Amino acid sequence: MTLVEHFERGLDAPICLTWELTYACNLACVHCLSSSGRRDPRELTTAECKSVIDEFARMQIFYVNVGGGEPTVRKDFWELLRYAVAHDVGVKFSTNGSRITAAVARELAGTEYVDVQISLDGATAEVNDAVRGRGSYATALKAMGYLSEAGMHGFKLSVVVTRENVSQLDDFKALADAHGAQLRLTRLRPAGRGADVWDALHPTAVQQLELYRWLLAHGDGVLTGDSFFHLAAYGEALPGLGMCGAGRVVCLIDPIGDVYACPFAIHDQFRAGNVRGAGGFESVWRESELFAQLRGPQSGGACTSCGHYDSCRGGCMAAKFFTGLPLEGPDPECVLGHGEAALALVDQAMELPKPSPDHSRRRPSRTCDESPLTVIAG
Amino acid sequence: MTVIDRAWAVDDQVALRPEPFGALAYHFGTRRLSFLKSPELFAAVRGLAEHPTARDACLAAGVDETRLAAYERALGTLAETGMIREREPVRR
Repeated sequence: MTLVEHFERGLDAPICLTWELTYACNLACVHCLSSSGRRDPRELTTAECKSVIDEFARMQIFYVNVGGGEPTVRKDFWELLRYAVAHDVGVKFSTNGSRITAAVARELAGTEYVDVQISLDGATAEVNDAVRGRGSYATALKAMGYLSEAGMHGFKLSVVVTRENVSQLDDFKALADAHGAQLRLTRLRPAGRGADVWDALHPTAVQQLELYRWLLAHGDGVLTGDSFFHLAAYGEALPGLGMCGAGRVVCLIDPIGDVYACPFAIHDQFRAGNVRGAGGFESVWRESELFAQLRGPQSGGACTSCGHYDSCRGGCMAAKFFTGLPLEGPDPECVLGHGEAALALVDQAMELPKPSPDHSRRRPSRTCDESPLTVIAG
Repeated sequence: MTVIDRAWAVDDQVALRPEPFGALAYHFGTRRLSFLKSPELFAAVRGLAEHPTARDACLAAGVDETRLAAYERALGTLAETGMIREREPVRR
């Protein structure tokens, strides 16, 4: 059995576990995967979070990707971070940078097992702030400056690739290099509020090819979290496992303890259980019916007859689901154009699935923010 | 001396997690993840510190002599990436 075949059947513990600590956020990015904004009153308590960390340590989950919302707005964030590190669970956390002061940066730089990921979606304030909100570019740059000065080498600059910023890849790379950081590019998913803006913001077919060439040219030097494996159908495989890891090597724990197959699939259909249940996270990971199903043989459906199926594997499950496409069929951004053709067949009157919990703060105001984007009212 | 004839140990910052295919090795310092793609390689790596040479560790782990070259290459990669480090040989 090849390594990928092993991975498809699932591992004893995830390789890549994302833990959204809170739905609270001081920003309201138009493409937020988790529709964050307001804190959920059912959020896991400090004690519950610590017992989840104990489980990670027992299962030898080497590190977790912590996000939100904005994780640092939790009052116990730093306490939980120290607790994890003390139990040999490394933490890479994503932040908009608003709570990264010079002092915090120094502490982070002095803590082993901690990595920081600053989110930025434009190499200029104009492009970034249209998506992440006014002032967010300046905030992120300030945080990067502090981390760089503190000697936090190799922290991540994390960018969601959009139609508006795909022409700035070299600028992002230069920005990361100038701060001693590493660039991480990920795919825009039509999940959460991202579903509302996906039509307007996902890269065009021409841009996807440009992105593919850029990624090939930069190889291992740029991280992608295996985001773009659907582009492998252009010909050459990109670095990474090249498969959908949902429920097999990847999963998400949300702020109220619900376990989902992947960070881009916060929806009832992909919820496997809750860490508050009797067997905790471990039994959800090892015994849930949903995960067992995802680890079983998958049908490629309409894609099976395509000569590129072995390289793209049908693409991203979540991207298909939230654009109304069947899971056994092409990705909406299939590089051969099969996705566009399939999308054209999706009944316009059909209501697309919405992410189950929506914690957006000011839903109606999304139609009157200053974004130059066309936004469909929630 | 080649990799296989020297004494090695798993780096202090590395954790090994057994899996059906072999094991995962994670380095907390470099944040690098490696896949040990056979149970024998996992056993050999885990046993490195207890054996005078990598060759002894491999043989004790049940690696066939004809496969030693492949294991030497794998150990070489683990050494280059800091997953294992050379140590003073212990006299017997």
